[in-house]
Amino acid sequence: MRPGSVIVLVVVGLAAVIGASAATVSAESPSAAKGTVDEETVHRVAAQLRCVVCQTLSVLDSPSEMAAQMRGIIRERLGAGQTPDEIVQYFVDKYGEWILLAPREHGFNLLVWAAPVVAVLVGLAIVALLLRRWTRPRAEPVATIDPKLRERVRRELESPP
Amino acid sequence: MWRWLIPLSVVPVLALLAYGFRVNPHEIPSPLVGRPAAPFVVRAFDGTEVSLAGLRGRVVVLNFWASWCYPACYEEAPALERAWRTYRDRGVAVVGVAIQDKPEASRKFIADFSLSFSNAPDPDGKISVDYGVYGVPETFFIDRAGRIRLKQTGGVTDELFRAEIEKLLGEPA
Repeated sequence: MRPGSVIVLVVVGLAAVIGASAATVSAESPSAAKGTVDEETVHRVAAQLRCVVCQTLSVLDSPSEMAAQMRGIIRERLGAGQTPDEIVQYFVDKYGEWILLAPREHGFNLLVWAAPVVAVLVGLAIVALLLRRWTRPRAEPVATIDPKLRERVRRELESPP
Repeated sequence: MWRWLIPLSVVPVLALLAYGFRVNPHEIPSPLVGRPAAPFVVRAFDGTEVSLAGLRGRVVVLNFWASWCYPACYEEAPALERAWRTYRDRGVAVVGVAIQDKPEASRKFIADFSLSFSNAPDPDGKISVDYGVYGVPETFFIDRAGRIRLKQTGGVTDELFRAEIEKLLGEPA
């Protein structure tokens, strides 16, 4: 392949990538006034929400169209003056707490937050107990040798073979 | 005591696993059932304007679909059209919302199944999120007072449609 063709291919490739990202941006914010909304805040809200069509990714990380639309909705609501907490609550109202990647710290959910800490504490306690047992100096067994046996050993050691 | 502690510690883990395996992770209860349906105003593919407020007093069946949703949406489309034809004169409205779909593909789907009820696109996903939609097909049965009474995840059958609609029509307006 000639160097000229390589350059053309690279340029076409770059144009396709730029075009695709521009299309994504326009899909995300059909009516929101971009520029007036802090993208950091959009990211912060999107990172808390679960992508509903992929489930293992956040709305921020998911490349799906649904997640792009949800980012657009976040941007638009921020633009309309809603706070990040109000927007997160809007999604919780629609999808339930399932939509939150990190469950809220109340009621039964506390178990999720407390269990790892409790498990680590219990583990440390077990390790400490075992270490103490292993490093404790062993008490010397009390020698209770039969005097008759001791006498016999002495005799046999002293007597010539 | 120590001898029993390790075997006993398996019990809560087994209980948790037993619970986890009995739960279907795809069945997520909608918090919207029993609550007022979110208002919407859409421009249907045929150019008419459809709004929930305009349908107040009727039982509304709101169906989310997509042309790429095969086979479930393809299986339920004829059932929805049959149900619409059967019940439209008895105070029932069927509204389809095509989500994450290309307009031309949606139009072809409507034409292929000769759908005569209102169908509209949801280009920015606002109606989908307002109804807490996860995927397609999903169908919401809204009573005459404007409350969501049932969310059906997966295709709607003739039997399900008839049973739910007859129940809602039997209620005082």
